[in-house]
Amino acid sequence: MSFLTEPIGLAHYLTVGAFLFVAGIVCMATKRNALGILMGVELVLNGSVLNLIGFASPYFRQENLGLDGPAIALFVIVLAAAEAAVALAIALNFYNNHSTIDVDQADELRG
Amino acid sequence: MAEYFAAWFPAGWEFLGYTLAALLQAILLVHVIALGAFVFIWAERKVSGRIQDRLGPTRTGGAFGWLQSLADGIKLLSKEDLMPKDADPLLFRLAPYVAFAAGFAAFMALPFASGWVALHLNVGLFFLIAVLGLEVFGVILAGYSSGSKWALFGAMRQAAQVVSYEVPLGICVVIPLMICGTMDLVAIGDQQRGLFTNWLIFHDPFIFLVFWVYFTCAVASVNRAPFDLAEAESELVAGFLTEYSGIRWSLFFMAEYGSMILVSALAAILFFGGWNGPLPIFSALMDNFSYLAECWWFSTLANLLGVVNLLLKASIGVIAMMWVRWTFPRLRVDQVITMCLKYCVPIAAVCFLGVMVWTALGVPFMNDLLPSQNRALVREGWVHESDQRAVEFLQRLERNSDQGGVE
Amino acid sequence: MIVLLADTGGAAINWHTVMFYVVALAACGFAAMVAVSSNIVRMAFALIVCLSAVSGLLFLAGAHFVAAMQLMVYVGGTVVLLVFGVMLTAQKAFVSMKTTAGDWILGLVVGGTLLAILGQLIFAVPEWRHSDYQARAEAELAAYEEQLKSHIASGQDVTEAQRRRLADLITLARQGHPEETAQIGLALVGVRADRPSPEVAGYSGYLLPFEIVSVHLLVVLVGAAYLARAKRRRKPLLSSGVSTP
Repeated sequence: MSFLTEPIGLAHYLTVGAFLFVAGIVCMATKRNALGILMGVELVLNGSVLNLIGFASPYFRQENLGLDGPAIALFVIVLAAAEAAVALAIALNFYNNHSTIDVDQADELRG
Repeated sequence: MAEYFAAWFPAGWEFLGYTLAALLQAILLVHVIALGAFVFIWAERKVSGRIQDRLGPTRTGGAFGWLQSLADGIKLLSKEDLMPKDADPLLFRLAPYVAFAAGFAAFMALPFASGWVALHLNVGLFFLIAVLGLEVFGVILAGYSSGSKWALFGAMRQAAQVVSYEVPLGICVVIPLMICGTMDLVAIGDQQRGLFTNWLIFHDPFIFLVFWVYFTCAVASVNRAPFDLAEAESELVAGFLTEYSGIRWSLFFMAEYGSMILVSALAAILFFGGWNGPLPIFSALMDNFSYLAECWWFSTLANLLGVVNLLLKASIGVIAMMWVRWTFPRLRVDQVITMCLKYCVPIAAVCFLGVMVWTALGVPFMNDLLPSQNRALVREGWVHESDQRAVEFLQRLERNSDQGGVE
Repeated sequence: MIVLLADTGGAAINWHTVMFYVVALAACGFAAMVAVSSNIVRMAFALIVCLSAVSGLLFLAGAHFVAAMQLMVYVGGTVVLLVFGVMLTAQKAFVSMKTTAGDWILGLVVGGTLLAILGQLIFAVPEWRHSDYQARAEAELAAYEEQLKSHIASGQDVTEAQRRRLADLITLARQGHPEETAQIGLALVGVRADRPSPEVAGYSGYLLPFEIVSVHLLVVLVGAAYLARAKRRRKPLLSSGVSTP
């Protein structure tokens, strides 16, 4: 049980961030539902937020990012919300026009 | 409290003491919601009865029918556990707990007296408003997993209403935050110590108006009439609650009453001085007699009365919500959204500007009648605990050095 | 970081570590569920729990403001939007769409490779595996306590500045690093309070990105509302559910 007695290092946070990032990429690659792909994008951005906050936390490194971490993380969160709104509007338009949310059916522009 | 319990256990087992303290705090918080729901369901029936010129429940438990809620609870527990055929079984069972969990999690950051808070966060106010916004998931999950389109429509309308009213609620909440300069609810409450003219609602006329906008948005946020179009029997049977019966239905209602208590307590802390009474009896005694400020039972007594103060103010808020419910007719969904976007948001924004200009110019108002302390000094309050430890350590050192340097 | 067991004895369980593992397992587990599940509604619910767990991780790292913002904006805003979209498009046929096995294998291979590379990079830096914050804070506190003990033993009084420094060191050792939310606010309007020399490149405030993001949000609001408006239909529908713009 020695791993429960040691304090957490930066590597732990980066690992969780990497896992979320990869889960998001797998989600984006394998889902047919447009909203499922959007969920993958959210997971990717959350992995990056964890990375930023991990590097900026005074608990893990003495010379850390300081204020830059939370500030950039705030921008990431806000921009992710904005991008999700637009992507959702596009997905709903697609659904209204084609009566399906399956992205495999979005092949009208195929040459 | 945690250190007090940890001292009971031998070295190496202190975590049991901390677990005990945490369990005690959790039980107290759950009881605030449970007993609050118990009392307010009965109060609702009595208040609605009196408004409608009748008596309300009078038989169960004696003259006032105060055990009516218990009888209701027993009835609900013994009902058949139904689930529609088209329902998603996992999500159907999960939805009431999600709604209740969001309401309960917000109570963790709510202070009941100076320093008496389960989770003393520097960003307590922000956390509370954020978690209040998570209740919408219980509603949506319930509506979707019921498997009927009426439930889904009701859930969508209710979710749209809750989400739209978060905007003016946020603006209204930012205004006392701006005046106090901190998101720490304990510090906001402590800054309103003293005579009742020190309460934030008397800081300037704009914030007085903001309180009424906050009240409207809070009523809309917890889906109370006249904003309860999701439970409108004449239109949607019971909205997202249509397929819920028995103990699951009662969990949703406990969540609703818990939210009502929460937004009322938050209004009390932000606008009405929180746990400070109208007359500064205990604070004047503690300021003038330093002996009293140091003995632990006096400050505990003062804090206990503070808890009573806060719960009293929260109860007045809840009864006002009930009063509003049984007085006004229900609004239509387009009227609800119009109210939010065309009335609440502009009024809140204009008052925000007004309070900002008023505070920046330093215009005196009722708050300056009897100022009791410098707001800036109270703001850094969260390091008080380590201040205490530093003082104790130094006192111990001085005592030991007085006894000849042996410890 | 709070060590809740006594310092004496061999191995005291670090509760910060325990809480981190619990929350990190929840985050990773529900993220895996989002990636693996084929029912869109279950995916949405797993995403809610995963993002809330990420918020918990941010609280544990000491970034309280960002964690509360994550709860409010991400979980309470973005995911609500996603769930609305899911509800609007969750017809029987589209709730559960299966992916072919070939796509799965390709996705997992790519993902697994990326995870392996990232993991190898992360664990290649030995300083990142441990954190000496707690040990350093306690050592500094003990040293200062010794200094004060000798100070008092020599008969002098403790000054206010020394008491304040002792309180600060106790805060750092017991309650953790105090988060300066005011500094984030000041940085967003262009004033960097944490760095000594604002003229050095890279230490400027965030006023320009703040304004750009504000305009960006306005544009997105207008654009999304325009994209998602109810459109005039050429032939009238029989049901009365459609409103013309």
